[in-house]
Amino acid sequence: MVGTLTRSERRIGIVLSVSLGLLGLGMAAGARHGVMAVHGMMALGLGLALIFHIGGALYDEPEPAPGRSGRYYDAPTRFGIGMTLLWAIVGMAAGVWVAALLYWPEATPPWPWTSFGRLRPVHTTGVIFGFGGNALIATSFHVLQRTSRARLADALSPWVVLIGYNLFCAWAVTGYLMGSTQSKEYAEAEWYADLWLVVVWSVYFTLYIRTLARRNEPHIYVANWYYLAFILVVAMLHVVNNLALPVSLGAADSFTIWSGVQDAMIQWWYGHNAVAFFLTAGFLGMLYYFLPVRSGRPIWSYRLSIVSFWGIVFFYIWVGSHHLHYTALPYWAQTLGMTFSVMLLVPSWASAGNAIATLNGAWHKVRDDATLRFMFVAAVFYGLSTFEGSFLAIRPVNSLSHYTDWTVGHVHAGTLGWVAMIVFGAIYTLVPQLAGRETMAWPRAIEWHFWSAVGGTLVYVIAMWNAGITQGLMWRTYDESGALSYSFIESVRTMAPYYLLRTLGGAMFLGGAVICALNCRATMRAAGGREDAADHPLSLHPAE
Amino acid sequence: MLRLHYNLEKVSMGLVAAIMVAASIGGIVEIAPLFTIDETVTLPDDLRPHTPLELAGREIYVREGCYACHSQMVRSLADELDRYGPYSLAAESAYDHPMLWGSKRTGPDLARLGEKYSDAWHVAHLRDPRAVVPASIMPAYPWLGRPLDTRLLEAQLATLARLGVPYDDAMIANAEADALAQSRPASDGAAAVVARYGERIAMRAFDGDAERLTEMDAVVAYLQSLGTLTNAPYQIIGGGEQ
Ligand code: HEC
Repeated sequence: MVGTLTRSERRIGIVLSVSLGLLGLGMAAGARHGVMAVHGMMALGLGLALIFHIGGALYDEPEPAPGRSGRYYDAPTRFGIGMTLLWAIVGMAAGVWVAALLYWPEATPPWPWTSFGRLRPVHTTGVIFGFGGNALIATSFHVLQRTSRARLADALSPWVVLIGYNLFCAWAVTGYLMGSTQSKEYAEAEWYADLWLVVVWSVYFTLYIRTLARRNEPHIYVANWYYLAFILVVAMLHVVNNLALPVSLGAADSFTIWSGVQDAMIQWWYGHNAVAFFLTAGFLGMLYYFLPVRSGRPIWSYRLSIVSFWGIVFFYIWVGSHHLHYTALPYWAQTLGMTFSVMLLVPSWASAGNAIATLNGAWHKVRDDATLRFMFVAAVFYGLSTFEGSFLAIRPVNSLSHYTDWTVGHVHAGTLGWVAMIVFGAIYTLVPQLAGRETMAWPRAIEWHFWSAVGGTLVYVIAMWNAGITQGLMWRTYDESGALSYSFIESVRTMAPYYLLRTLGGAMFLGGAVICALNCRATMRAAGGREDAADHPLSLHPAE
Repeated sequence: MLRLHYNLEKVSMGLVAAIMVAASIGGIVEIAPLFTIDETVTLPDDLRPHTPLELAGREIYVREGCYACHSQMVRSLADELDRYGPYSLAAESAYDHPMLWGSKRTGPDLARLGEKYSDAWHVAHLRDPRAVVPASIMPAYPWLGRPLDTRLLEAQLATLARLGVPYDDAMIANAEADALAQSRPASDGAAAVVARYGERIAMRAFDGDAERLTEMDAVVAYLQSLGTLTNAPYQIIGGGEQ
């Protein structure tokens, strides 16, 4: 990192690190004890580490070569990919472990912080925000520069974004372990972490817009529309859903300003659009760049990509209320959610179809190249899970599926099959480039990863489909005398084999991710040399 | 539209503005009315907020992530009415910051749990679920026997009052004392708790030991209060008293 910064940038970096340390000190001193004090100490420790890291190299390391504004800036992407893989392993391992606990609950150790309810958000935050978020930020920096044919607007803000964002993730998951949570699903982090994320996100947005302003292309490439929608709408969702009143400025405890039915609506407006704008829009941006690059074919239809973009941005925001069918939410709001969920299938399938049609003429590459195959499978699962999503949002279907493991299966078809696959495809395309090589260090290992990922996803999803449908049916079956046929605990008992299978599927998927991380490390190690060795001169050809 | 977009994608702030507009409409249409229409804002006269002890239990329920496995929202479906009881009304969670409707039933719905089981059952179940229900996959919570930390309660009630929950000054000032008194019905403060929160609240040593105020007291008090904050669902659906 430091070698890519000029002396004056290093000095500003130290000032920023000192501010971070002081913020941490302030938090720790204000809270005195409890979660917030621990988080203050974490920020203080990070600030000090950065001060030593930058300060130690302030005058020692040579400054970057003068012509750097003509080169891309890839060091932040390299760091971001590293964090992506680290969080992949942490988040997926937590997931496999909590899955195992549902089969084998006695395995819970007697310490509060290892309890299912505290580890479950560690899994969700770890994979969604840690793994997915770092992948989005890291690839967005890469894609933004290539498609704009411009270097990132400055050298410090990408580091502020990445380090700040990872501090948010670390605060969040350590908070849950210590019992600090807002309980809002996928927005569990407490108020000060939420505020911190707003700061980080503003820097991210500013950097994005400033870099776009420097672009040497008249048009903004489609991948960037999606990354922009991701940045903007996630900001809106995050702010509204997390509005809360802290109990005291010295405690990691707050109450959301929303209550009851309004809170439920806002929570699922947030929750489903976290799926839409975090887990879909951003990753479509990734798909629209890496798929054409890897397959060597231009996007099949530009018009279709426009229609599906605006369709996704406009329709998705309505659909959250399908999480609240038959609840105390007014009927008309449920109906709106259902209607838009069904309509959403059109732009979703337009995107998936556009991706698959792009591969037309490159099928031999899909067959031979596991990296491209990751992206192909991602597009297929994107199509499948958006179809399933629209289906599950239909009121009578939802009466069966809601509250069951079918939902869990659906989510994992999307996250394992679509999100993680496209990330792995992007990583295997990107990492050799970042290391200044032609291929990954162990090309064969990509195949092993591919098959364990696909196998793991299928085992997981099929087990959960069976589990969910069985559960839903058992809960609603009546016997001849008009009484419910099954007690709740009978449905719990029936789940055991599915929960075991799900754990195995998850473990297979995790195994693949570990192979990927080792492969990336070996590839980066083999690169050696200076940190910005892989920066490419700005391309003279129009962007893809 | 294609033409419009073609021009828009050359102006980054234009694209930003268009995304924000397109992505705001749905939320505004679905959310804004919920703050005004009768269906979601009228409250039954007998609705009461949680007592401080129940609130402390609710905070522990949140802390331990019980909501990851339990919903608190009975849907208006025949089998749910038969299994759990009257369906949930919007008003019942009007004072809940946040709501705990949940999204997954690894365990059963808890919206109608209050007074379904004895306190002793809950205590034994939370300490070791498999001792009570052998096939259970619910985690054990052996640490709930530790003393309840009540220091934040006053500030918590004050914060909720600021958000519109009807806690008056006396409730806020006495929050800690009320929490203790609710678990000690024979103590001096007990009458004041009833005066403040009404006849319908449960006044007991929930964990079976009146000497110590534990997290278990709080959680069980909270569980026993579920579905009892108002009688409205039973009047609408069941046609009378619970
Ligand atoms: C891993 C999922 C899981 C978590 C987390 C969990 N439970 Fe459960 N719970 C279950 C299951 C499964 C059952 C049904 C079997 C049983 O009665 O033990 C259950 C049953 C119950 C029941 C009995 C309900 C009835 O009507 O019979 C209560 C009460 C309960 N849980 C309370 C809690 C509380 C309080 C917490 C948090 C401290 C919690 N649960 C956390 C899974 C969970």
